[in-house]
Amino acid sequence: MAELNTDSGGDKGGKVRSKKQNSKVDLTAMVDLAFLLITFFMLTTSLSKPQSMSLGLPDKDPKDDSKNVKVDENRTMTVLLGDNDKMFYYMGIINTPMAPKDIAYGKDGIRKELLKRKKEVLAYSTAKGRPDQGMIVIIKPSKKSTYKNVVDILDEMAISSIPTYTIVNDFLPEETKLLDGK
Amino acid sequence: MAKIKMKKKSTSTDMTAMCDVAFLLLTFFILTATAKIPEALPVDTPASTVQTKLPDSELAVVIIGKDQGKNKVFFDLKGREVRKRALELMAEKYGLTFSEEDKTKFSLMTDFGVPIQSLKQIIDMKSSDRVKADQPGIPIDSTDNQVKEWILNSRKANNELQNAIGGKKELEIAIKGDAKEEYPVIKKVMDILQDQHVNTFSLITGLRGKDF
Repeated sequence: MAELNTDSGGDKGGKVRSKKQNSKVDLTAMVDLAFLLITFFMLTTSLSKPQSMSLGLPDKDPKDDSKNVKVDENRTMTVLLGDNDKMFYYMGIINTPMAPKDIAYGKDGIRKELLKRKKEVLAYSTAKGRPDQGMIVIIKPSKKSTYKNVVDILDEMAISSIPTYTIVNDFLPEETKLLDGK
Repeated sequence: MAKIKMKKKSTSTDMTAMCDVAFLLLTFFILTATAKIPEALPVDTPASTVQTKLPDSELAVVIIGKDQGKNKVFFDLKGREVRKRALELMAEKYGLTFSEEDKTKFSLMTDFGVPIQSLKQIIDMKSSDRVKADQPGIPIDSTDNQVKEWILNSRKANNELQNAIGGKKELEIAIKGDAKEEYPVIKKVMDILQDQHVNTFSLITGLRGKDF
């Protein structure tokens, strides 16, 4: 640091030798840091973009009176979304052949049932000679259900790859009673 | 005895090239990364396993969230030109005038949640103040349904611009709702969309695995 050349006036013939400095700089730390930052930016750029779930609803035209489309009740499953993350489901028409059953969200609840029923419906359709007709799921979110419930159930549809599903907002009197009752 | 002299090998490798590459990549990623813009209405989106990404342009987002116990609806539109044109159409509809400067400022803004009548005050604010401004949300009642007008006019603006450049891209509409939001509030927005014959739209969700 404080090395001043004080003997300049002394021997005139002497050569002034400058110390050879090492030209190499240790870049290890710098490279480490650069790669750390690269990793960070790479991961954040691809993950920061939000995911989206596309949802197609049937056209609702007040003039159009094709509301009463006849579907085979053996192919339908109705899912009712209640408050406090409750959910009921039934196959076909309410109370025939089965009464609405309480079921939980997630892989041990609705997903198992969906996959099972999907197979059954497919077997039924194939027996009838129409294997292209898959299961139809009607989702009925009640007024007390949350947005999370709706997205969860739509997600289940995507996971179990249900061919046809829709959101319906009309409730049968029995369904209203069921959702209010318990 | 002859001594075999081993050549001393240097342990340090030349890292100049590696360093160059690393920094080049770093620069690239920094420049391409989009800075996270603070949201005026923070919402906690529900998670799903679907992995479709949202487009960057031709997109309108309706944000539905709860703030201080009240349901609020915010609106966001991507693309400067579309925003500008949508604002012009809205101003026309509500008999308001915005200066050219306001329009430019608006085109650089992000989401907002005020009635069109008080939009000017939000435009005049600094972007850092907008987040703190406690915006009341866009009216969505049947008497004064500005959300509907915003969606309608944004679609119009998008179509005009697409026609001008010969494109055919429809404005995509996404709903960004809070996970705890009640379904009727979401349904209201879905109904608005369906009334305009927009039957396909996206729901913005977070990401999760299949094991839940």
